[in-house]
Amino acid sequence: MTQIAVTVNGTRREADVEPRTLLVYFLREQLGLTGTNVGCDTSSCGACTVHLDGESVKSCTLLAVQADGREVMTIEALAEADGTLHPLQDAFHRHHGLQCGYCTPGMLMAAASYLKENPTPTEAEVRESLEGNLCRCTGYQNIVESILDAAGQMSGAKS
Amino acid sequence: MIPAPFDYARAGSVEEAISLLGSDPDAKVLAGGHSLLPAMRLRIARPSMLVDIGRIADLSYVREDGDRIAIGALTRHHDVANAEVLQQLCPIVAHAAGQIGDPQVRHMGTIGGSVAHGDPAGDLPSVLLALDAGFVAQGPTGTRTVAATGFFTSLFETALAPDEVLTEIRVPKATAGWSFMKFQRRAQDWAVVGVSAVRANGGVHVGLTNMGLTPLRAVGVEEAVGGGADPASAAARADEGTAPPDDAFGSAEYRRQLVKVLVRRALEEALP
Ligand SMILES: Cc1cc2nc3c(=O)[nH]c(=O)nc-3n(C[C@H](O)[C@H](O)[C@H](O)COP(=O)(O)OP(=O)(O)OC[C@H]3O[C@@H](n4cnc5c(N)ncnc54)[C@H](O)[C@@H]3O)c2cc1C
Repeated sequence: MTQIAVTVNGTRREADVEPRTLLVYFLREQLGLTGTNVGCDTSSCGACTVHLDGESVKSCTLLAVQADGREVMTIEALAEADGTLHPLQDAFHRHHGLQCGYCTPGMLMAAASYLKENPTPTEAEVRESLEGNLCRCTGYQNIVESILDAAGQMSGAKS
Repeated sequence: MIPAPFDYARAGSVEEAISLLGSDPDAKVLAGGHSLLPAMRLRIARPSMLVDIGRIADLSYVREDGDRIAIGALTRHHDVANAEVLQQLCPIVAHAAGQIGDPQVRHMGTIGGSVAHGDPAGDLPSVLLALDAGFVAQGPTGTRTVAATGFFTSLFETALAPDEVLTEIRVPKATAGWSFMKFQRRAQDWAVVGVSAVRANGGVHVGLTNMGLTPLRAVGVEEAVGGGADPASAAARADEGTAPPDDAFGSAEYRRQLVKVLVRRALEEALP
């Protein structure tokens, strides 16, 4: 067992983990944060996307020990503490950017990371930024619309 | 799928990593983990110990160094792609790094890991081969620089000794013509075939991805261009000396045809 201390959604969490514990199972099974989904389990689908020090990563392809001393943010912390939805969540809701919802946490976390890097993307850039996230229901159309809408809201709110 | 159990040690310095590697013949370096962990989850790889070098902060940099650009082995694909020094002085490296996997993969995977893994399907190895890059390796007895041309020895095998750590990748400035062609079925995929072309010494260097057990140089094409052949006739020699794989993404025969098309396009783009 290896002792780790990870700041998850703003709270420092100390735990003993086996070195082979993947971050996603640490989050889901040890911390009970089941919003992060396991989809393909082979680094492809992006359903397990979380932020590590503010950037999107696939938590099925990271050891929990690699997150020791660092900051992890999961879908559970995307909305405000009072329940106010993040502009991306709100836009997904309004544009129906989901069908079964399984890929949605990963889509939101990938998009939130990307919009920090590029706050005013084109449609083509949004599509490319989702190359690591698979949706098997919707064909991406409404997902892309949602992200473009949220980008407009967020950059408008800032300027 | 969960990897088989292993011991874990985090190295605070390259020296510490080397001594940890020396303590266990089945130990492996862990950088970004984006080639190693998928292999361990499939239990294709079963190291007894992982030596995590991921926190050695002074191995992540991109800087101009005389007539070369020095890239720290732990520089992530994301940071390679966005490094202004590379965008200006060796754009093919920045461009190719930006084509690897997807944003999440580029946030974790490192250039050193791509080189040390020696995957013939990797994007950067054939680019670095075309550039005649140098790889700096540190081991128990000191530091040496290995030329890219002698580095990739077989499938997933390199000139690195088990207790050596790759610390730096050195590339020349290459701002004349270049081209990077990655043919893939879906945006996130590995290359079915990849081609990198870089103008050098009045001629052109051509690197091939996924055309054999190692990344390769298209020597026949380089000779033909040096002898004055036009892109189409030079490209006809693109599969000389290759041994492309036969897999779900394409037959060997298909790859032999594809590589000629991609080399022609790459030459047309790289040459004036
Ligand atoms: C979904 C997905 C898609 C991908 N798509 C592509 C793609 O399109 N193109 C592409 O080129 N790659 C792709 N990759 C692989 C990616 O580029 C990896 O990041 C890279 O191959 C390995 O880098 P790493 O830092 O993750 O290395 P690790 O996985 O940590 O290590 C890989 C190997 O190199 C050794 N090693 C690592 N660093 C050093 C060092 N400094 N010194 C000595 N040994 C070292 C390790 O011991 C191990 O054997 C993909 C990966 C995933 C998960």
